[in-house]
Amino acid sequence: MEKYYQQEMECASREEMVALQNERLVAQVKHVWDNVPYYRKKMEDKGLTPDDIKGIEDLHKLPFLTKDDLRDAYPYGLLAKPLADCVRIQSTSGTTGKRVVAFYTQHDVDLWEDCCARALVAAGGTNEDVCQVSYGYGLFTGGPGMNGGSHKVGCLTLPMSSGNTDRQLQFMTDLGATIICCTPSYAEYLAESIHERGLRDQIKLKAGIFGAEAWSEEMRHDIEEKLGIKAFDIYGLTETSGPGVAFECSEQTGMHINEDHFIAEIIDPETLEVLPEGSQGELVFTSITKEAFPLLRYRTKDITVLSREKCSCGRTLVKMHKPMGRSDDMLIVKGVNVFPSQIEAVLLENGYPANYQIIVDRVNHSDTIEVLVEMTPEIFSDSLGSITEKEKNLVAALKAMLGIYAKVRLVEPKSIARSEGKAVRVIDKRKI
Amino acid sequence: MAIKQITVFLENRAGRLLEITQLLAYNKIDLRALNIAETTDYGLLRIIVDDSEKALAVLKESGAIATTTDVLAVAVPNIPGGLNTLLQVLANANVDVSYMYSIFGHADENAYMILQLADADEVAGILKNKGIVVADAQKLGIN
Repeated sequence: MEKYYQQEMECASREEMVALQNERLVAQVKHVWDNVPYYRKKMEDKGLTPDDIKGIEDLHKLPFLTKDDLRDAYPYGLLAKPLADCVRIQSTSGTTGKRVVAFYTQHDVDLWEDCCARALVAAGGTNEDVCQVSYGYGLFTGGPGMNGGSHKVGCLTLPMSSGNTDRQLQFMTDLGATIICCTPSYAEYLAESIHERGLRDQIKLKAGIFGAEAWSEEMRHDIEEKLGIKAFDIYGLTETSGPGVAFECSEQTGMHINEDHFIAEIIDPETLEVLPEGSQGELVFTSITKEAFPLLRYRTKDITVLSREKCSCGRTLVKMHKPMGRSDDMLIVKGVNVFPSQIEAVLLENGYPANYQIIVDRVNHSDTIEVLVEMTPEIFSDSLGSITEKEKNLVAALKAMLGIYAKVRLVEPKSIARSEGKAVRVIDKRKI
Repeated sequence: MAIKQITVFLENRAGRLLEITQLLAYNKIDLRALNIAETTDYGLLRIIVDDSEKALAVLKESGAIATTTDVLAVAVPNIPGGLNTLLQVLANANVDVSYMYSIFGHADENAYMILQLADADEVAGILKNKGIVVADAQKLGIN
């Protein structure tokens, strides 16, 4: 029997949800117009006043907001409430440039934690559960968000934060944690550590909620099998609040977007046109309940597809597919959109490591794509036939995924250049 | 009777083989045989050395990808038809050879063929029955 945290919202009829969104959007636009000069200027530049926005059908008129806007307005330029009303900030890691800080009133924190609580309940969480939160605590939204959600559900909450695997495993076994929240890569690491130490019989985990990183279906199956749990995806970004913008249900076929708080649109990242339902494109969010840090039409850069197909869990909230890539990572090769993440997924599926580099070039007026993959002891053997057979299978799998031929070149381990610990994934040599 | 051969993954770039031979020289590892199977992008370097355990360890430590395989070293008389005789025996016994290469210049009258086979011990028995010498590690100066 499916359980919900806020059934009236999670299972609302489409008419009820649209009516709510209309009302909230109009109020939100008025709120930013009145309180944020930066927004007012952006709207004035487009010749808009709040009167032009009468409901969600007018959403497309509003200007987009990008990460650059957030950086321009850093730190207080987009704040829509007096500091006296704000109780919290969270921040991005700042790895891609200047930090972004987001502000919360107590009401904002409450709604955010509700969103996280919905995710926990959808993963089977109840007040009987012991929830181990192994996301980082601090400026990062993962720890505080899931911690708050866990409190709301009434779980016994273990605020572990990330790292110190020995301590993680000790608490997990001693206190009988039943739900774990962390990044998928850390879940994989914990799963391996549990396997190595032969602790599988001593853990009581039944579910895990993993987000803040891209992860593949293969990783999901691997984690589920190693830990004997059901693994749920969760989506969010600091700019819009943190985890819980969208969450997965028992069907595990996409994440329900909390539409009573966030309106989702899919746009073409090149033309910026809104695309019809079911199209793949860039995800854009408009927050309609945020007080301190409202975002109108914020471009996430995540490429995904929305689906309103009826979900077996009973929720009527629109579902987003796990992001397939980032619009700023997208390559166009021979007229085909190629995302490094697609290539990475194929590599992992075929037993290759995720250390790879994509070289795009133009030879005789035709685009070429070459994928450099580091050789591993697992793939290597004394038999040339066996290595080339694996290579051939990889080329076929890439062709099936991308729709175009990509050459594969096996290179020596650690030969792919890394800068600041992160591999340079794409080298585009085309001179266009 | 099988001896250890080491196979190393070699990216096709100038000086890569030199790096391996430098590593072996520095560690005082003596080469007994060497062969390279190549593709357009990489090669498989197959070597027989006097101390395969040590060689494998230093190769792996250097970050190279390497593995060991059992092979047979079969004596072939240094006369016309020497190899022919060996291949005839193998063909008659329906033995499939994955690959082979030769070592010359060893300190007796024979050359040696290195054979990679699915079942080295069984083939060693077949060859010995036909009076063909299969060299052991000691004979080839391998520890």
